Amino acid sequence: MDNHIDLEKPNESAYLNCIRCGLCLAVCPTYREYLNETASPRGRVALARKGLEGELELSPNLIEQMYGCFACMACNELCPVGIRPADLALSMRHIQEQLHPAGWKQTLFQGLIPHPGRMETATWPLRVYQRLGIRRLVYALGANRFLPAKLRDLEAMLPRLPQRPLRHTLPTITEARGQFRYRVGFFLGCAQNLLFAEESAATVRVLARNGCTVITPRETECCGMPARGYGRLDLVRSQAQHNIALFERHQVDVIVTDCATCGSTLKEYGAFLRDDAEWAVRAEAFSEKVRDVSEYLAEIPLEKPAGRVDARVTYHDPCHLRRAQQVWEQPRSLLSMIEGLEFVELPEADWCCGSAGSQLITHYDTSIRVMDRKLDNIASTGAQVIASGCPGCQMQLITGIKRRGLPVRVVHPVTLLDEAYEASNE
Amino acid sequence: MNSNLIQNLVKAVGKENVLYSPEDLAVYSYDGTFAEGRPEIIVLPETTEQVSQVVRLAAEARVPIVPRGMGSGLAAGSIPIPSGGIVVCLTRMNHVLEIDTQNATVSVEAGVITADLQKEVEKHGLFYPPDPSSIRHSTIGGNIACNAGGPRCLKYGVTGDYVLGLTVVLADGCILKTGGKPIKDVTGYDLNGLFTGSEGTLGLITEALLRLVAKPQFACTALADFISLEAASRTVNAILSAGIVPATLELMDQTAIACIEEAMHLGLPTDVEASLLIETDGGDLQAVQREIEACVKICQDSGARSVKLAQTEAERSSLWKARRSISPSLARKAPNKLGEDITVPRSAIPEVIQRLREISARYELPIVIFGHAGDGNLHPNILFDKRQPEQWAKAEQMVGEIFEASLALGGTLSGEHGVGALKRPYLEKALGPVSIEVQKQIKRTLDPMNLLNPGKIFSA
Repeated sequence: MDNHIDLEKPNESAYLNCIRCGLCLAVCPTYREYLNETASPRGRVALARKGLEGELELSPNLIEQMYGCFACMACNELCPVGIRPADLALSMRHIQEQLHPAGWKQTLFQGLIPHPGRMETATWPLRVYQRLGIRRLVYALGANRFLPAKLRDLEAMLPRLPQRPLRHTLPTITEARGQFRYRVGFFLGCAQNLLFAEESAATVRVLARNGCTVITPRETECCGMPARGYGRLDLVRSQAQHNIALFERHQVDVIVTDCATCGSTLKEYGAFLRDDAEWAVRAEAFSEKVRDVSEYLAEIPLEKPAGRVDARVTYHDPCHLRRAQQVWEQPRSLLSMIEGLEFVELPEADWCCGSAGSQLITHYDTSIRVMDRKLDNIASTGAQVIASGCPGCQMQLITGIKRRGLPVRVVHPVTLLDEAYEASNE
Repeated sequence: MNSNLIQNLVKAVGKENVLYSPEDLAVYSYDGTFAEGRPEIIVLPETTEQVSQVVRLAAEARVPIVPRGMGSGLAAGSIPIPSGGIVVCLTRMNHVLEIDTQNATVSVEAGVITADLQKEVEKHGLFYPPDPSSIRHSTIGGNIACNAGGPRCLKYGVTGDYVLGLTVVLADGCILKTGGKPIKDVTGYDLNGLFTGSEGTLGLITEALLRLVAKPQFACTALADFISLEAASRTVNAILSAGIVPATLELMDQTAIACIEEAMHLGLPTDVEASLLIETDGGDLQAVQREIEACVKICQDSGARSVKLAQTEAERSSLWKARRSISPSLARKAPNKLGEDITVPRSAIPEVIQRLREISARYELPIVIFGHAGDGNLHPNILFDKRQPEQWAKAEQMVGEIFEASLALGGTLSGEHGVGALKRPYLEKALGPVSIEVQKQIKRTLDPMNLLNPGKIFSA
């Protein structure tokens, strides 16, 4: 490691005081599935330390253990010493990319994902597949049976895609209904734009109904989480700078997002750019304005919905919302505002669902095992609806529920609020 | 390690249960202490029969075995030996096999996490009392192999008091079954007692039959703060001498409280020298309340600055969460800690605390004191930085003096962690040559080739 003095790497305080007590093993979704130290937070901290101190080579297998972490942060929250094993695993991925940058990551995280237009083009075949009825045909003929299990699950993971990405249909300015009270910037995330457009449309309606004029800039780039997950902190910083400058131009009071992952990343811009003289203050100011939609709705006076949603509903805590943003009471209290809605608490509601961004693709077996634990808990509630404000979690839950044939609808909590509002209009 | 043995191990337990990448070897080289030793291979069997086959293969190849659970031990008992060998990790044997509500017993595999075991039996109104602080990250097999204790042992006894029967794989691969469901059993030697606390040196415990009790319906918890540590330690005796047996009677000193507070922000007073955490429990609410009120009164009479009763279940559980995180949260103060678990007759608690403070002052390294004061079991933790050789040397000398203090007052080296590798040098002094020789003869009889966790407890 001494040959790489310019390397951006974690300070020794990130691992030095780990006393290897093992508390983190109890809460780690991957350890609890494999019961193997190598798949545990304590194991990853030990490997990081030995790798950084030169006792072990930074081998592909060592780095793979860092990718084995689902970054749910349960260990971060629990560690009595203050070690953050999940963060350390992410830092180790960044070191690997500094030493041996992978070309495909450059293409994907710099060339494709930050650009909404290119993402829309790239996902066009999927929209055609669903919209022209090919998907229905595939299901009717049972042709999906011939796909390997993994591909079948990935196919099932896709919600029904909107006809057009929301970016093209949502106006840049949505005026407040009734009296104007707040000027709100809306950060439309990639997944919401491409996959869950109706949810974000609902989010904007709910904001507007409660006195917000909503500004949705079309030129947002990816929040940066995918690049961060794959060790490209450098790309995260450039995407952050783009988004910070963009929202500065629109002069908004707050920046709201209905994607837990985007929200957690946007709130970290201040930290990512802390050592950048030009950007540090601006990034901090940006991050301070960011709110998850449920967090923001809890801060402003809300119209009580006159309509009803008659359903037994449970709620899954996205890690990026509960642990990264400490937001868990707000979505629950939003749901409790709705007449007719019977809320039932999900056992282990804050246990990772196994999505972790792209783990279903990259770590299929582990992801399925973690998801099965979640599905057992969902089934035990007898809920008809599971709410969760994270597209990653939602896709994972849709996949699992379809696999198991559970009669459960997956939805964003704010969508339920919107339905209660809309029901009163009828 | 010869590739033939690896192949045979793979055949015995399956490819997914045999690990030997450099990364795997590195993470199976430690436990809950600072000690390390690298194994040559790790095997994670899923059944007793697989364990038996693994032991047979190891015996044929004369390769030593180190048994392991979740690796939270505090005596380096599951650290691989210097020459390598096989780590047999039992975490994948994690099934609760039977809960017998009529006889109040539970049958489990060794790798079941103790907290999971408790949760399962509590669904049936039953209760497994032993509660080591590592309850969520240690296995029942490890608890039995080390005869683990915990706060509640003051009233309910230690792990060994609940062992009715064991399945043990012996050094030649034979499977031994001991005990059974009868509560009383004097048919032959007490083999449960022999294997409990044997730290994997006599056999590998793969299954256990445990006695359960009715779950106490009510508990009351109080926290008493004392200006002086001596007053707190005298209060422990005052409570017990008054004929009250609380479920727990825990002591924490100022540094321990400060560490918890820093980690958890519970609003604990950091300006007092010590606190006592007292809990009474039972099936009769009035009796439980009467007992805690009596404890509160004794604390006040003994000079407590304030005594607070937990009013809600949430308050109670946060106090216990705090207590359980003392040991790990000490690492906020220094990179390394050396935690002991000396146990003295309870009348000697004030005296031993005095001596611990003298040792700390003399060597100018902090000793944090907390533990199960009610049964005389204290956890003096030396805080130091192992990277500084003079601190490490001091810490080692201090351990010797702590043990001497305990022995001089009629105490023991270890109440619940075990001897492992760390306390081995002090064993002769604690037990004397006759006792050591008897134990070595038992070891030689059961493990003639010295292949089971060799070098732990004593050198054979």
